[in-house]
This record gives sequence, C-alpha cells and structure tokens, in this order.
Amino acid sequence: MIDRVAFTTWLPMILFGLVLLAGCSTLPRTSVETEPPLRKYDELVDQRKTHPLEIYDPLEGFNRGTYRFNYYFDKYIFLPVVNAYDFVLPDYVEDRISCFVDNVFEFNNLLNNILQGKLQGTGITLSRLIINSTVGIGGLWNPATGWGMHEQPEDFGQTLGYYGAGGGPYLILPILGPSNLRDTIGIAGDAASFAGAGPVAWVENNAASRSFTGVSSVDRRHRQSFRYYQSGSPFEYEMVRLIYTKKRELEISR
Amino acid sequence: MRVVGIILITLIAFTGSAKGTYAASTYIFPFSNPYEATVIETPPAFQAEIPKRVPQKIINVKVFPTRIIPKVFWYENGLPCSLVYQDHKAPLIFIIAGTGARYDSPKMVNLQHVFYRAGFHVLSISSPTHMDFIINASSSMVPGDLAEDAKDLYRVMCLATEKLRNKIAVTDYYLTGYSLGGIQSAFVTGIDEEQQSLQFKKVLLINPPVSLYRSVSILDRLLDENIPGGINNFKAWLDDVMQNLSDIYKEMGYFEFSGEYIYKVHKRYPKREHFLRAIIGLSFRMSSSNMIFAADIMNGGGYITPKNVEMNYATALTPYAMVASRTTFVDYFHQYLFPHARLENPTLTENQLIDRLSLNHMETYLRQADKIGVLHNQDDIILDEGDIAYIRHVFGPRAQIYPRGGHCGNMNHPEVVRFIINFFNTGED
Repeated sequence: MIDRVAFTTWLPMILFGLVLLAGCSTLPRTSVETEPPLRKYDELVDQRKTHPLEIYDPLEGFNRGTYRFNYYFDKYIFLPVVNAYDFVLPDYVEDRISCFVDNVFEFNNLLNNILQGKLQGTGITLSRLIINSTVGIGGLWNPATGWGMHEQPEDFGQTLGYYGAGGGPYLILPILGPSNLRDTIGIAGDAASFAGAGPVAWVENNAASRSFTGVSSVDRRHRQSFRYYQSGSPFEYEMVRLIYTKKRELEISR
Repeated sequence: MRVVGIILITLIAFTGSAKGTYAASTYIFPFSNPYEATVIETPPAFQAEIPKRVPQKIINVKVFPTRIIPKVFWYENGLPCSLVYQDHKAPLIFIIAGTGARYDSPKMVNLQHVFYRAGFHVLSISSPTHMDFIINASSSMVPGDLAEDAKDLYRVMCLATEKLRNKIAVTDYYLTGYSLGGIQSAFVTGIDEEQQSLQFKKVLLINPPVSLYRSVSILDRLLDENIPGGINNFKAWLDDVMQNLSDIYKEMGYFEFSGEYIYKVHKRYPKREHFLRAIIGLSFRMSSSNMIFAADIMNGGGYITPKNVEMNYATALTPYAMVASRTTFVDYFHQYLFPHARLENPTLTENQLIDRLSLNHMETYLRQADKIGVLHNQDDIILDEGDIAYIRHVFGPRAQIYPRGGHCGNMNHPEVVRFIINFFNTGED
C-alpha cells in the first residue's frame, strides 16, 4: 500500500493525469477511402438490450494509454524485481512474507467490516488478527484459516458499494491497474486510514513503513499471475474491464 | 465471463481429490458426461505425475522481419515459441496448440512436461489461429485453410531448428498436436514428405477433427443453443451465473479453493449440462473472435472493421469485439475464408473447400503412413456420428480410441500419458 508521503504526492498526480489525457480519441482515424465493413455493429447488435461488454468508460482514451504504460512498467520494472525476489527467496520464506503482509492489512478488513456493520465479519477478522499475531508469531503463519476462520476481505470501495455507491467511470490506474471511481476513492480511503490510524501510524518509523510498502507491493505482484498481453486476445482491455467489474460486484454483494 | 467459468471449473475440478489414488492398470476416467470431461478434464487425483519445473527458453521467431505490424497491435513483435530442453543429445518433438491457444496454454505445458520426462527436447508452437501467429507467422494472414496453415507451421519449425542448431543437439524430429493442432500435424507431415527438411520419425494426432467444417459448426452451435436468446441475450445468462456465485458466496461466508467448497458449488448449480455446453461454446467463440479480428486488421479491414482506417493503442475496440462475438466460425468460412481461397482458384466451390479441410482429403496418404497414429475418444464432442468409425477405418491399428474423455479431457490421464510416451519411444504403436 501507500505510505503517508507517497499518498499525498500521488493522488493529485493521478487527477492531473486524468484531466490531461482524457481527450485522447478512441475512434479510428478515417479518410476519404474509408469503407464500412461487411458485418456491421448496427445490424448485428440488439440495441434495445444492454450488453455486459459495454461498460461505462468515458475516459477510455486515457485508460488505454495507462494500460499501455502499465504493460511497459510491468515488463521493464515490476516483473524483473518480482523475478529477482522469486529467484533469491525460497518459497517457504515467500509464504511467510505473504502471511505477514496479509496480517498487517487485516487492519483494513477490520475497519471496513465495522463500517459495514458486519458483526460476524468483524468478529472473525478480530479473532484472526489476534490469533495470527500471537500463535502465528507476528503474522508469519496463518493458523486462523486452518481453524475455520476464513479471511473476510473488505475494503473501502466495497464499503462504499455496500451503501449503494455505483462504480462510476471505469479507470485504469498507473501501476495499480483496473479500478473505477468508487474503488479509487476506496483505495485512497484505505491508504489514508492505514497511514493515519493503522499499523504505519503505530510504528512511527518512516524507514520501516517504506520498506513495508515496497515488500508488500512486490509480494502482491508476485501472487498475481496476470501478465499483460498473454491472453491471446486483441480485446484484452475489454476482457479485463468486464472481469474487474463483475468481480467487484460479486465482492460487494457478499 | 472467463473468470467465472474458470472459477467454477477449478472449483469443480477439485472434487475428484476425495476419491483416493488411481490404480494404474486399467483406464478409469471419472466423467461419463463428455461435456464435463471437456471442461473439467482429469481431476488431480487421477492425473499423471509430471515434473514441476523444467529447463525452458523462449525463442522469438521472426518469419517476416520486414512486415509492418499495424499500430493497434503495438505489443506484437515476433512469434514466441517455447523450448524445453535436455542437457544431452535427444530427439526433438514439435507440439502444435489447439484453436486459439498459445504455446504456453495449460494443455501445452502439460505435454511439454510429459515429453521432457520422456527424454525429448520440446518445441511448443502457438496455434495458427492465435493472433500472435496470424500477425507474425502467417503468409496469407487468413487462418483456417489447413494446407496454408501447415506451410506456415513448417516454415516456423524450420526457422526455429535453424536458431537452435548451436544450442541443443538433436537426433531426430517428431511431431504432435491436439484438436485443430492434431489435424494440422497431419497436413504438416504431408509437407515434410515433399520437402524432407525435418523427416519426422513419428507423428501423433491427438483428438483431431475429421472435418474442420463440421467440428466448428458443432462448436458454434454450443453457444447459440445453450445461452437462451443467444449472444444478444448474454446479459441475462451472465446475471444468472453471477447470482448463483453470489448466493454461494453469501451462504458459505467465504471463498476459497478447496475440495469442500467446490463440491457445494458443483452440487448447487442447477442447469449444469447447459452451463458446461455454454462455457465450451463461449470459449470457442472468444477464440474465433480473436482470430477473425486479427485476420481482418492484417488484411486491411472490410469484414468486421472498416476498410482503410488507422487504429492505435487508444482506439476503442469494444464495437468490434461486439461484432466479432456475433460472428461464427461458419460465417467466417463462408464470408471470408472461402472468398479468399477463391481468389487463387476461381473455380473452387464451397463444398470442395470443406472437403479440403478434412482428414478425408489426405486419406490415401494416411492409410499407408505407418509413422502417423491417432489418439481419440469415443465421446469427443467435436465429432459427428460415424467419425470414430472412419478413423478406425483409415488408421486401423494405429488408432487408439478411449471410451471416455470428451474433447481432450484426458490428456493428462496416466494411461493416456503412458500411451503417448510409448507411441513415440517404441518406434511402433
């Protein structure tokens, strides 16, 4: 996640980028020689119906640009780091780090379970936090799941969705990837509460919280098997947009 | 959608793990429903053991180095193939992926590992229907004509072996492929008989269609017949799937990849056979959509995209995805592939082209080609009635037919793996 310093410099940059790049044209460039295709949208698509693939995406030009930026960032920066991490550390150590990172972020699960008034989820998350931090030795192990207390993932985007906020325009965030307006506000909210009242605030050590930010980012990328443009689909952008949107709907409806 | 399918499928796939270990002496396959077999494949408890990590390199083959790739495919740059290699002199086997699949799709990775363990170098090639292949390695950029695709494949194989000359020591060449890659293997072997560059020792066709046209017709229909109202009514179907997932999620209070969880999901989903058929149909439609868009762009548009336009990274492709998903492979055959083939041969009829895209077209050769064997399933869903009988008739004892397994659902079953390895290792079937 993002520590306090990074967060404050970060969000304005995103907003600035949005304003700057929203103007990219998403229509193909035509000329006098342009001819319509044999199979036409107007003749094949039933326009009285809504179609899952057509998701509200008014900033598509910007989003596609960021998608491309993320591809290069992944290829030349993120993945080489993740691969080195993978190469240097044994799987066992990587698993311990994953557990530790998850345990620290239980803070956000807890907060958002509370915000949504989910008593059971709050109880389970609190128990997990206590058990994994003690029996699980500072969160390096995750005995709670084995005892039937499953993770109750909730974030601030889900909380907003729970109280009826729609997704708003779809967004591709630099480095972080697919999102929408609601979930971007969610990420900002989670980051702010994490930095202001969560583990980062308790530690009061910038070096420690910065290294946690770094390690947790690498750990999360390491656990995410998605690789850009390996889907074999020229419509990968559309596929990711649909899957992201449906996945979030599912998480909010829970 | 795919993620939903994959989640359900992965979930369901784990139910087999409760059934204990598999006795190796007979062929026991857990699914009698071929759609279940096709989607879920062999459950882990029934799978053959394969090595987890193998030495591997990506080889980027540039067949047409001067070809200008349209800006909308800004991320394309050569055809990646994967090489799994032995540290000693060994035979090399080429494997060709099925429709729309990449060199590293799960079935390809499984085959790589199987052949690596059996002592082969393995070179995996994406399907000529995959966009990477169309854009970087197809001469016509109109996939589907088996003879043309085979020439393209053979060219890639020769270029790749040239690149590998100083890196690995190869004794002999072998070839296999599954599904569309199976029938393509037969056509590639035909070219090799003429050109003699690789001189394949043995070739195995795994679950090939007998007639490409008939098989794609069957697969096209799976979507239209199992999503009520067809693709224009996709939302209702997807909402229903999402509702089911959400109910399960709520009921269970958590989500995880475990046998118990999966079993509940599996039991719960009501219209399972229709659902499985729809999943297969959707997956095929996505593959053909990708293929058709790539082919159309590479040929300057006019089929599903306008002619003479310029697209780039920022161009919204959703309208074309909408049209592509409403275009069947059969539409593509009649409206694109056939007119293209006719340019070269003005007297060609549709029926002649349909016949050319079949094992039938090569029957005389296949009857006496002792090096070629077939592995198939009696209940393969891409076959019509009479196809298995035809395969037995043409290949005789060189046809190995399993009673169950659906379409490629048993490729990692130990019995099947053993057959495949024996086929290549013994020099006879």
